[in-house]
Amino acid sequence: MEFPEIVKQVEAAFPEAAVSVDETARCVLIAPEYWLAVAEYLKTDPNAAFDVLMCLTGYDKGPGEPLGVAYNLQSMEHTHKLEVRIETPRDDGVIPSVAHLWRTADWHEREVYDLFGVTFDGHPDLRRMLLPDDWEGHPLRKDYQTPDFYHGIPIPKDKRGWE
Amino acid sequence: MTTSEAIRKNFGVVEAEEMVINMGPQHPSTHGVLRLKIRTDGEIVSHIEPIIGYLHRCFEKHCENLTYPQVIPYTDRCDYLASMNNNHIYALAVEKLMGIEVPERVEFIRVIMAELQRIASHLMAVGAHGLDTGGITPITYTFRDRERILDLFEYTCGARLLYNYIWIGGVSHDLPLNFVQYATEFLDYFEPKITEYNRLLTYNKIFIERTADIGVLPPDVAVNYGASGPVLRGSGVQWDLRRDDPYSIYDRFEFNIPIGRGEMGTVGDSWDRYFVRVREMEESIKILRQALAQLPEGGDVHAAVPKKVRPPEGAIYFRGENPRGELGFYIISDGSPKPYRLKMRSPAFVNLSVFSEIATGWMLADIISILGSLDIVLGEIDR
Repeated sequence: MEFPEIVKQVEAAFPEAAVSVDETARCVLIAPEYWLAVAEYLKTDPNAAFDVLMCLTGYDKGPGEPLGVAYNLQSMEHTHKLEVRIETPRDDGVIPSVAHLWRTADWHEREVYDLFGVTFDGHPDLRRMLLPDDWEGHPLRKDYQTPDFYHGIPIPKDKRGWE
Repeated sequence: MTTSEAIRKNFGVVEAEEMVINMGPQHPSTHGVLRLKIRTDGEIVSHIEPIIGYLHRCFEKHCENLTYPQVIPYTDRCDYLASMNNNHIYALAVEKLMGIEVPERVEFIRVIMAELQRIASHLMAVGAHGLDTGGITPITYTFRDRERILDLFEYTCGARLLYNYIWIGGVSHDLPLNFVQYATEFLDYFEPKITEYNRLLTYNKIFIERTADIGVLPPDVAVNYGASGPVLRGSGVQWDLRRDDPYSIYDRFEFNIPIGRGEMGTVGDSWDRYFVRVREMEESIKILRQALAQLPEGGDVHAAVPKKVRPPEGAIYFRGENPRGELGFYIISDGSPKPYRLKMRSPAFVNLSVFSEIATGWMLADIISILGSLDIVLGEIDR
C-alpha cells in the first residue's frame, strides 16, 4: 500500500487519532492516547502488517515546545513503510509503550527515556540505558545545561582549541 | 519460553545454588566494554542482563554541534570495523536529504570500498568467533588476509582503520594507479582462502560441537526484536537491504543472499549465524568482480561535492546494509549547516538486545560462543 492509503485506513478505523498528516515527509502525527490502539492495529491488521519497527527516535522541538518520538515502521510482507510521530508535553510527558508489540522498542524506549526524559507507560523495565543511573538531566534536550561536577570530578567546558 | 522451561528443555531437571556472576566490563571475550550480569543455577545461566554505556561518548549530541561533513569522521569511530560502510550510508542519507546526484564512477568506487570493508569485517567476526570458542589459530589466518584489504585502503586514502573517505557528494581521492589490478589480484588470492577457513574452522568438530544447536534464534523472534544482517539471515529469513530496499547501485549486481539452513543442527543456531558470514564473503567477491569490471573511467570524483552543505528543512530516515545489519540514520534538518537532530540506529545495538532471549538456559561457556556469533561492536552500541 502507498502512504495515502495506509493513512486513509488508519483514519477510517480511528477517526480522531490522526492529529495531522504530512504528505511530503510521509509521516502521520498521532495523539498519544490513541497510540496503543493504533499500534496494535498497525501490527495485526493483515493489510498493514507492520511487523518490524526499524527505528525509534526521540526529538526535541526546542525550549517550551513539546518532545516527540518518531517510529519508523516497515512491513516485510508488503514492503511498505510508515513513519508515526507522537508528541507529548515537555514536562512529565507520557507515551504508551509498544515494547510488548515490537521488542525493538524495549531498548530504544529506554534510550529515549535516558536522553530525553520521556516516560513510556507500561514499559517492563524503564531505566537509564547509556548514562550512569545517577546522572542528572537528559542531555539531548535542547535546554540541557551541562553540570559543573560529576561526583566531584570537574567537567571541562573550555572549548578553546577545538571549536 | 520461561527460564525454567528453557533450562529443562536443554538440560533436564537441575537444582543447584544460585549465584550472581559479573562478567566485564573488562573481559577479553566480550568484544569491548560490555558488562553482563548473569544469574546462574550451577553452571547454567538462568538470567542474563547486558549492561551497556561504558563507551558512551554522546555521538548524537556531538553531531548537533558539527556541520554535516564534520560528522563523517565520527561515523568512522562508531563501528570501527566497518568505517567505510558507515561513511557510505551517512553520505547517502545526507545526499538524499539534499537531492544530490553523484557521478557514476563515484557510485562504483563506493560500492567497491563498501564490499571490501564487508569482507574485512566478516574476517574479523569469523576469526574472533574461533577465538571465542577456544581456537587461537583461525584469527591469525583471517588477519593475514584482512591485512591485504587494509593495505588496499591505505593505498587508496592513506588510512587503515578510520578513513573519512566517502564524502557527501563524492569520495576524498580518486582510485590510485593500478587499483583495479591490485584489487583483482587480491580477489584471486582470497577466493581459495575461504576453503581454507572452512577446513580450519567451519567444519572443525570441536567448533561444531560448541556452536551447532546452541543459542537458537527462531525467525519470528528475530523479526520481532528487529534483528538484522547475518543474525536475521542466520535464522532463515531472506532479507538483505541491498536487494530488498536497494540503495546506491546495488540493484545492478547479481548476487545471492545466503541464509541459515540448519546444516549442523537447528536453523538459527550459532553455527548458522557464523556460516552466513562466510558465505556472504563469497557473495561480496561476486559483487566486487562485477563492479571492478564495470567501473567507468574518467571524471572528477569531486564534481558533485557541494561547497555548502545546507539541506532543506525536513526529516529523513535512511538505512543501508552494514556488515552487522541495518544501519539507519534519522536526520532532522532545520535548514542550517548543522543537523538539528541525528539519530544513529546501530545494528549491533538491536542485535545485542536479543542476546538475553537466546542465551538464557545455556551453560556459562556457551554465553561466550553465542555472543561471538552476534558479532557486536561496542563502539556503535554505546555511541
